[in-house]
Amino acid sequence: MYDSGKIIPGIILFVGLFTFPFWSNMGKAAPAPKPELPKTAKVCVMDTAFMKTEHMVLLNHWRDKVVREANRVWLGPDGKEYKMSIQNGCMQCHTSKAKFCDQCHNYAGVSPYCWQCHLEPKENL
Amino acid sequence: MEKDRRDFLKIGGISVLGLSALPVFEALAQGKDPKAMPDPRALQATQWAIVVDMKKCWEEQEKRQCKDCILACHKVHNVPSIPDAKREIKWIWQEEYKHAFPDQANEYAPEQVKDHPFILLCNHCSNPPCVRVCPTKATWKRAEDGVVMMDFHRCIGCRYCMAGCPFGARSFNWGDPREYLDPQQENPEFPTRRKGVVEKCQFCAERLAVGLQPACVEACKAKALVFGDINDPESEVRKILAENYSLRRKIELGTGPNVYYII
Repeated sequence: MYDSGKIIPGIILFVGLFTFPFWSNMGKAAPAPKPELPKTAKVCVMDTAFMKTEHMVLLNHWRDKVVREANRVWLGPDGKEYKMSIQNGCMQCHTSKAKFCDQCHNYAGVSPYCWQCHLEPKENL
Repeated sequence: MEKDRRDFLKIGGISVLGLSALPVFEALAQGKDPKAMPDPRALQATQWAIVVDMKKCWEEQEKRQCKDCILACHKVHNVPSIPDAKREIKWIWQEEYKHAFPDQANEYAPEQVKDHPFILLCNHCSNPPCVRVCPTKATWKRAEDGVVMMDFHRCIGCRYCMAGCPFGARSFNWGDPREYLDPQQENPEFPTRRKGVVEKCQFCAERLAVGLQPACVEACKAKALVFGDINDPESEVRKILAENYSLRRKIELGTGPNVYYII
Protein backbone atom coordinates (compact mmCIF):
# COMPACT_ATOMS: atom_id res chain seq x y z
CA MET A 1 0.00 0.00 0.00
CA TYR A 2 1.28 3.39 -0.90
CA ASP A 3 1.39 6.03 1.81
CA SER A 4 0.13 3.65 4.45
CA GLY A 5 1.99 5.76 7.01
CA LYS A 6 -0.40 8.63 6.30
CA ILE A 7 -3.57 6.71 5.43
CA ILE A 8 -3.80 4.44 8.49
CA PRO A 9 -3.29 7.21 11.09
CA GLY A 10 -5.62 9.32 8.94
CA ILE A 11 -8.36 6.68 9.10
CA ILE A 12 -7.87 6.26 12.85
CA LEU A 13 -8.04 10.02 13.33
CA PHE A 14 -11.16 10.25 11.15
CA VAL A 15 -12.97 7.44 12.97
CA GLY A 16 -11.99 8.99 16.29
CA LEU A 17 -13.29 12.44 15.34
CA PHE A 18 -16.39 11.04 13.65
CA THR A 19 -17.42 9.05 16.72
CA PHE A 20 -16.53 11.88 19.11
CA PRO A 21 -20.14 12.64 20.08
CA PHE A 22 -20.72 9.00 20.99
CA TRP A 23 -17.77 8.36 23.25
CA SER A 24 -17.65 11.82 24.76
CA ASN A 25 -21.26 11.41 25.94
CA MET A 26 -20.81 7.80 27.03
CA GLY A 27 -22.41 7.12 30.37
CA LYS A 28 -23.82 10.62 30.55
CA ALA A 29 -27.35 9.84 29.31
CA ALA A 30 -29.92 12.33 30.52
CA PRO A 31 -31.86 10.74 33.38
CA ALA A 32 -35.34 9.58 32.54
CA PRO A 33 -37.93 12.17 33.56
CA LYS A 34 -39.65 11.70 36.89
CA PRO A 35 -42.86 13.69 36.85
CA GLU A 36 -44.19 14.17 40.35
CA LEU A 37 -47.59 12.55 40.68
CA PRO A 38 -50.28 14.14 42.81
CA LYS A 39 -50.54 12.94 46.37
CA THR A 40 -54.20 13.88 46.71
CA ALA A 41 -55.63 11.70 43.94
CA LYS A 42 -54.84 8.19 42.79
CA VAL A 43 -56.80 8.09 39.51
CA CYS A 44 -56.75 10.39 36.52
CA VAL A 45 -59.45 11.12 33.96
CA MET A 46 -58.21 8.13 31.96
CA ASP A 47 -55.85 5.30 32.85
CA THR A 48 -52.16 6.05 33.25
CA ALA A 49 -50.98 4.30 30.10
CA PHE A 50 -53.43 6.28 28.00
CA MET A 51 -52.55 9.55 29.70
CA LYS A 52 -48.82 8.98 29.16
CA THR A 53 -49.12 8.63 25.42
CA GLU A 54 -52.38 10.32 24.48
CA HIS A 55 -52.90 13.24 26.90
CA MET A 56 -52.35 15.76 24.13
CA VAL A 57 -55.01 14.11 22.01
CA LEU A 58 -57.37 14.09 24.96
CA LEU A 59 -56.69 17.77 25.64
CA ASN A 60 -57.48 18.66 22.03
CA HIS A 61 -60.65 16.60 22.26
CA TRP A 62 -61.60 18.34 25.50
CA ARG A 63 -60.96 21.74 23.97
CA ASP A 64 -63.43 21.03 21.17
CA LYS A 65 -66.00 19.54 23.53
CA VAL A 66 -65.82 22.44 25.97
CA VAL A 67 -65.46 25.43 23.67
CA ARG A 68 -67.56 24.31 20.75
CA GLU A 69 -70.14 22.00 22.36
CA ALA A 70 -70.30 23.48 25.87
CA ASN A 71 -69.81 20.03 27.41
CA ARG A 72 -67.74 20.79 30.45
CA VAL A 73 -68.11 17.65 32.55
CA TRP A 74 -66.07 14.53 31.86
CA LEU A 75 -67.45 11.18 32.91
CA GLY A 76 -64.33 9.08 33.34
CA PRO A 77 -64.09 5.32 32.75
CA ASP A 78 -64.31 4.88 36.52
CA GLY A 79 -67.67 6.68 36.51
CA LYS A 80 -66.28 9.72 38.31
CA GLU A 81 -67.02 13.24 37.07
CA TYR A 82 -64.24 15.69 36.31
CA LYS A 83 -64.07 19.34 35.23
CA MET A 84 -62.83 19.47 31.65
CA SER A 85 -60.38 22.29 32.09
CA ILE A 86 -56.62 22.63 32.27
CA GLN A 87 -56.68 25.37 34.88
CA ASN A 88 -59.69 24.16 36.90
CA GLY A 89 -59.28 20.46 36.24
CA CYS A 90 -55.83 19.05 35.48
CA MET A 91 -53.82 21.56 37.46
CA GLN A 92 -55.98 21.17 40.57
CA CYS A 93 -54.36 17.76 41.13
CA HIS A 94 -51.15 18.28 39.18
CA THR A 95 -50.45 21.44 41.13
CA SER A 96 -47.00 22.10 39.71
CA LYS A 97 -46.24 22.70 36.06
CA ALA A 98 -42.49 22.60 36.78
CA LYS A 99 -42.63 19.30 38.64
CA PHE A 100 -45.12 17.58 36.36
CA CYS A 101 -45.57 18.92 32.80
CA ASP A 102 -42.10 20.32 32.31
CA GLN A 103 -40.37 17.12 33.45
CA CYS A 104 -41.19 15.13 30.32
CA HIS A 105 -41.65 18.07 27.99
CA ASN A 106 -38.14 19.31 28.66
CA TYR A 107 -36.73 15.79 28.34
CA ALA A 108 -38.50 15.27 25.02
CA GLY A 109 -37.61 18.76 23.85
CA VAL A 110 -41.19 19.84 23.20
CA SER A 111 -42.70 23.16 24.20
CA PRO A 112 -46.49 23.03 23.98
CA TYR A 113 -48.07 26.46 23.69
CA CYS A 114 -50.83 25.78 26.25
CA TRP A 115 -49.24 28.21 28.67
CA GLN A 116 -49.22 31.17 26.34
CA CYS A 117 -52.86 31.61 27.32
CA HIS A 118 -53.64 29.18 30.14
CA LEU A 119 -52.33 30.28 33.49
CA GLU A 120 -50.11 27.88 35.34
CA PRO A 121 -50.68 27.42 39.05
CA LYS A 122 -48.83 29.90 41.21
CA GLU A 123 -46.01 28.10 42.98
CA ASN A 124 -44.02 29.29 45.91
CA LEU A 125 -40.70 28.26 44.52
CA MET B 1 -73.69 -35.33 7.89
CA GLU B 2 -76.13 -34.56 5.19
CA LYS B 3 -77.41 -31.03 4.70
CA ASP B 4 -80.26 -30.20 2.45
CA ARG B 5 -80.85 -26.80 0.95
CA ARG B 6 -83.46 -25.88 3.52
CA ASP B 7 -81.08 -26.40 6.47
CA PHE B 8 -78.34 -24.51 4.69
CA LEU B 9 -80.58 -21.50 4.14
CA LYS B 10 -81.76 -21.58 7.76
CA ILE B 11 -78.25 -21.58 9.19
CA GLY B 12 -77.11 -19.01 6.66
CA GLY B 13 -79.99 -16.71 7.53
CA ILE B 14 -79.36 -16.90 11.26
CA SER B 15 -75.64 -16.24 10.74
CA VAL B 16 -76.33 -13.11 8.70
CA LEU B 17 -78.73 -11.92 11.40
CA GLY B 18 -76.03 -12.53 14.00
CA LEU B 19 -73.48 -10.49 12.06
CA SER B 20 -75.87 -7.58 11.67
CA ALA B 21 -76.40 -7.55 15.43
CA LEU B 22 -72.67 -6.96 16.04
CA PRO B 23 -72.76 -3.16 15.57
CA VAL B 24 -75.74 -2.98 17.92
CA PHE B 25 -73.80 -4.82 20.61
CA GLU B 26 -70.82 -2.55 20.05
CA ALA B 27 -73.00 0.54 20.39
CA LEU B 28 -74.48 -0.78 23.63
CA ALA B 29 -71.06 -1.68 24.97
CA GLN B 30 -69.94 1.93 24.47
CA GLY B 31 -72.09 2.97 27.41
CA LYS B 32 -69.07 2.40 29.63
CA ASP B 33 -66.73 4.58 27.61
CA PRO B 34 -65.81 7.97 29.03
CA LYS B 35 -67.82 10.83 27.65
CA ALA B 36 -68.24 14.58 27.84
CA MET B 37 -71.52 16.06 28.95
CA PRO B 38 -72.93 19.44 29.94
CA ASP B 39 -73.16 20.56 33.53
CA PRO B 40 -76.72 20.00 34.77
CA ARG B 41 -76.67 23.49 36.34
CA ALA B 42 -76.18 25.17 32.94
CA LEU B 43 -78.65 27.95 32.08
CA GLN B 44 -80.77 27.32 28.99
CA ALA B 45 -82.22 29.76 26.49
CA THR B 46 -82.90 30.11 22.78
CA GLN B 47 -81.37 33.60 22.45
CA TRP B 48 -79.73 35.37 25.35
CA ALA B 49 -80.14 39.13 25.57
CA ILE B 50 -79.25 41.97 27.93
CA VAL B 51 -81.42 44.98 28.71
CA VAL B 52 -79.48 47.97 30.03
CA ASP B 53 -81.59 50.45 31.94
CA MET B 54 -79.46 53.56 31.43
CA LYS B 55 -81.53 55.63 33.87
CA LYS B 56 -80.51 53.35 36.74
CA CYS B 57 -76.96 53.17 35.40
CA TRP B 58 -76.58 56.95 35.13
CA GLU B 59 -77.81 57.36 38.70
CA GLU B 60 -74.97 55.15 39.92
CA GLN B 61 -72.51 56.82 37.56
CA GLU B 62 -73.41 60.23 39.02
CA LYS B 63 -73.18 58.94 42.56
CA ARG B 64 -69.78 57.29 42.41
CA GLN B 65 -68.40 57.13 38.88
CA CYS B 66 -69.62 53.53 38.90
CA LYS B 67 -67.81 51.12 36.59
CA ASP B 68 -68.62 47.97 38.52
CA CYS B 69 -69.72 45.95 35.47
CA ILE B 70 -66.59 46.81 33.50
CA LEU B 71 -64.28 46.10 36.43
CA ALA B 72 -66.00 42.80 37.21
CA CYS B 73 -65.92 41.60 33.60
CA HIS B 74 -62.35 42.60 32.97
CA LYS B 75 -61.25 41.04 36.24
CA VAL B 76 -62.81 37.62 35.74
CA HIS B 77 -61.70 37.40 32.12
CA ASN B 78 -58.16 38.67 32.63
CA VAL B 79 -58.72 41.58 30.24
CA PRO B 80 -55.65 43.82 30.36
CA SER B 81 -55.95 47.58 30.75
CA ILE B 82 -53.72 49.01 28.05
CA PRO B 83 -53.41 52.79 28.19
CA ASP B 84 -52.79 53.20 24.44
CA ALA B 85 -56.29 53.59 22.94
CA LYS B 86 -55.14 52.05 19.66
CA ARG B 87 -54.19 48.84 21.42
CA GLU B 88 -56.80 48.71 24.17
CA ILE B 89 -58.79 45.54 24.83
CA LYS B 90 -62.42 45.92 25.79
CA TRP B 91 -65.22 43.46 26.43
CA ILE B 92 -67.62 45.96 28.00
CA TRP B 93 -66.99 49.67 27.88
CA GLN B 94 -68.44 53.18 28.02
CA GLU B 95 -69.23 55.33 25.01
CA GLU B 96 -70.97 58.64 24.38
CA TYR B 97 -74.50 58.75 22.98
CA LYS B 98 -73.42 60.23 19.63
CA HIS B 99 -70.91 57.45 19.08
CA ALA B 100 -73.06 54.64 20.41
CA PHE B 101 -76.09 55.70 18.36
CA PRO B 102 -74.66 57.68 15.43
CA ASP B 103 -77.77 56.96 13.34
CA GLN B 104 -80.20 58.43 15.81
CA ALA B 105 -78.09 60.89 17.82
CA ASN B 106 -80.28 63.91 18.17
CA GLU B 107 -78.54 67.23 18.67
CA TYR B 108 -81.34 68.39 20.94
CA ALA B 109 -81.59 65.23 23.00
CA PRO B 110 -81.87 65.71 26.76
CA GLU B 111 -78.64 66.77 28.42
CA GLN B 112 -78.67 63.64 30.57
CA VAL B 113 -78.60 61.43 27.48
CA LYS B 114 -75.98 63.51 25.69
CA ASP B 115 -73.65 63.91 28.63
CA HIS B 116 -73.62 60.44 30.14
CA PRO B 117 -71.82 57.46 28.67
CA PHE B 118 -73.69 54.34 27.60
CA ILE B 119 -72.56 50.84 28.52
CA LEU B 120 -71.62 48.93 25.38
CA LEU B 121 -70.72 45.29 24.83
CA CYS B 122 -70.96 42.66 22.11
CA ASN B 123 -74.54 42.60 20.84
CA HIS B 124 -74.57 38.85 20.17
CA CYS B 125 -76.39 39.65 16.96
CA SER B 126 -79.04 37.35 15.56
CA ASN B 127 -77.29 37.65 12.19
CA PRO B 128 -73.68 38.32 13.14
CA PRO B 129 -71.45 39.69 10.35
CA CYS B 130 -68.29 38.74 12.27
CA VAL B 131 -69.28 35.08 12.01
CA ARG B 132 -69.92 35.32 8.26
CA VAL B 133 -66.46 36.69 7.55
CA CYS B 134 -64.39 34.48 9.87
CA PRO B 135 -62.33 32.20 7.60
CA THR B 136 -61.51 29.63 10.30
CA LYS B 137 -64.82 29.40 12.19
CA ALA B 138 -62.97 30.64 15.24
CA THR B 139 -66.08 32.67 15.93
CA TRP B 140 -69.54 31.22 15.50
CA LYS B 141 -73.08 31.65 16.71
CA ARG B 142 -74.14 28.94 19.13
CA ALA B 143 -77.31 27.35 17.79
CA GLU B 144 -78.56 26.46 21.28
CA ASP B 145 -78.56 29.86 22.96
CA GLY B 146 -77.44 32.44 20.40
CA VAL B 147 -74.16 33.35 22.05
CA VAL B 148 -71.59 34.58 19.53
CA MET B 149 -68.65 32.51 20.76
CA MET B 150 -64.92 32.75 20.23
CA ASP B 151 -62.52 29.83 20.03
CA PHE B 152 -59.26 31.56 20.87
CA HIS B 153 -57.38 28.40 19.95
CA ARG B 154 -58.52 28.66 16.39
CA CYS B 155 -58.26 32.42 15.80
CA ILE B 156 -55.53 33.27 13.31
CA GLY B 157 -55.72 37.01 13.98
CA CYS B 158 -56.78 38.07 10.47
CA ARG B 159 -59.14 40.69 11.99
CA TYR B 160 -61.83 40.20 9.35
CA CYS B 161 -64.33 39.99 12.20
CA MET B 162 -63.20 43.37 13.48
CA ALA B 163 -63.84 44.85 10.06
CA GLY B 164 -67.17 43.06 9.92
CA CYS B 165 -68.44 44.13 13.33
CA PRO B 166 -70.21 47.51 13.09
CA PHE B 167 -70.20 47.90 16.88
CA GLY B 168 -66.47 47.88 17.60
CA ALA B 169 -67.03 44.99 19.98
CA ARG B 170 -63.84 43.17 19.07
CA SER B 171 -60.28 43.90 20.14
CA PHE B 172 -57.01 42.61 18.76
CA ASN B 173 -53.99 41.68 20.84
CA TRP B 174 -51.18 43.58 19.18
CA GLY B 175 -48.80 42.34 21.85
CA ASP B 176 -48.65 39.92 24.73
CA PRO B 177 -51.56 40.95 26.99
CA ARG B 178 -49.82 39.52 30.05
CA GLU B 179 -47.46 42.48 30.06
CA TYR B 180 -50.44 44.57 31.13
CA LEU B 181 -51.83 42.13 33.68
CA ASP B 182 -50.80 42.04 37.30
CA PRO B 183 -49.95 38.39 38.10
CA GLN B 184 -51.39 38.91 41.58
CA GLN B 185 -54.72 40.11 40.16
CA GLU B 186 -55.17 37.43 37.51
CA ASN B 187 -58.18 35.15 37.74
CA PRO B 188 -56.62 31.66 37.92
CA GLU B 189 -59.86 30.09 36.65
CA PHE B 190 -59.81 31.80 33.26
CA PRO B 191 -57.06 31.92 30.65
CA THR B 192 -55.47 35.05 29.25
CA ARG B 193 -55.08 35.56 25.53
CA ARG B 194 -51.88 35.68 23.52
CA LYS B 195 -50.45 37.98 20.91
CA GLY B 196 -52.25 37.87 17.58
CA VAL B 197 -55.71 36.83 18.78
CA VAL B 198 -59.01 38.71 18.64
CA GLU B 199 -61.21 38.75 21.72
CA LYS B 200 -64.60 39.99 22.83
CA CYS B 201 -67.49 39.46 25.26
CA GLN B 202 -68.96 35.95 25.16
CA PHE B 203 -71.93 36.58 27.45
CA CYS B 204 -69.88 34.74 30.09
CA ALA B 205 -70.37 31.36 28.41
CA GLU B 206 -68.16 29.79 31.09
CA ARG B 207 -70.47 31.13 33.81
CA LEU B 208 -73.72 30.23 32.03
CA ALA B 209 -72.38 26.69 31.79
CA VAL B 210 -72.37 26.39 35.58
CA GLY B 211 -75.64 28.21 36.16
CA LEU B 212 -74.31 31.69 36.88
CA GLN B 213 -75.44 35.01 35.39
CA PRO B 214 -72.87 37.03 33.43
CA ALA B 215 -70.33 38.78 35.64
CA CYS B 216 -71.45 42.29 34.59
CA VAL B 217 -75.08 41.54 35.47
CA GLU B 218 -74.09 40.08 38.81
CA ALA B 219 -71.82 43.04 39.60
CA CYS B 220 -74.41 45.76 38.88
CA LYS B 221 -75.75 46.94 42.23
CA ALA B 222 -78.32 49.22 40.58
CA LYS B 223 -79.82 46.23 38.74
CA ALA B 224 -79.46 48.23 35.54
CA LEU B 225 -78.36 45.13 33.61
CA VAL B 226 -80.91 42.37 33.14
CA PHE B 227 -80.07 39.14 31.40
CA GLY B 228 -82.56 36.68 29.94
CA ASP B 229 -84.05 34.80 27.02
CA ILE B 230 -85.45 37.26 24.47
CA ASN B 231 -87.59 34.55 22.86
CA ASP B 232 -89.34 33.66 26.10
CA PRO B 233 -92.38 35.94 26.57
CA GLU B 234 -92.30 35.21 30.30
CA SER B 235 -88.69 36.27 30.78
CA GLU B 236 -87.77 39.37 32.74
CA VAL B 237 -86.13 41.00 29.74
CA ARG B 238 -89.32 40.67 27.71
CA LYS B 239 -91.41 42.11 30.54
CA ILE B 240 -89.12 45.12 30.79
CA LEU B 241 -89.15 45.62 27.03
CA ALA B 242 -92.95 45.39 26.97
CA GLU B 243 -93.22 48.19 29.50
CA ASN B 244 -90.47 50.51 28.27
CA TYR B 245 -89.48 51.98 24.95
CA SER B 246 -86.03 50.67 24.10
CA LEU B 247 -83.18 51.41 21.71
CA ARG B 248 -80.79 49.08 19.96
CA ARG B 249 -77.61 50.11 18.22
CA LYS B 250 -77.57 50.49 14.42
CA ILE B 251 -80.61 48.27 13.80
CA GLU B 252 -80.82 49.50 10.20
CA LEU B 253 -77.76 47.35 9.42
CA GLY B 254 -79.90 44.26 9.97
CA THR B 255 -77.54 42.39 12.26
CA GLY B 256 -80.25 41.99 14.89
CA PRO B 257 -78.42 43.16 18.02
CA ASN B 258 -79.57 41.57 21.27
CA VAL B 259 -78.53 44.30 23.69
CA TYR B 260 -81.36 46.72 24.46
CA TYR B 261 -81.12 50.19 26.02
CA ILE B 262 -83.78 51.99 28.01
CA ILE B 263 -83.34 55.76 28.41
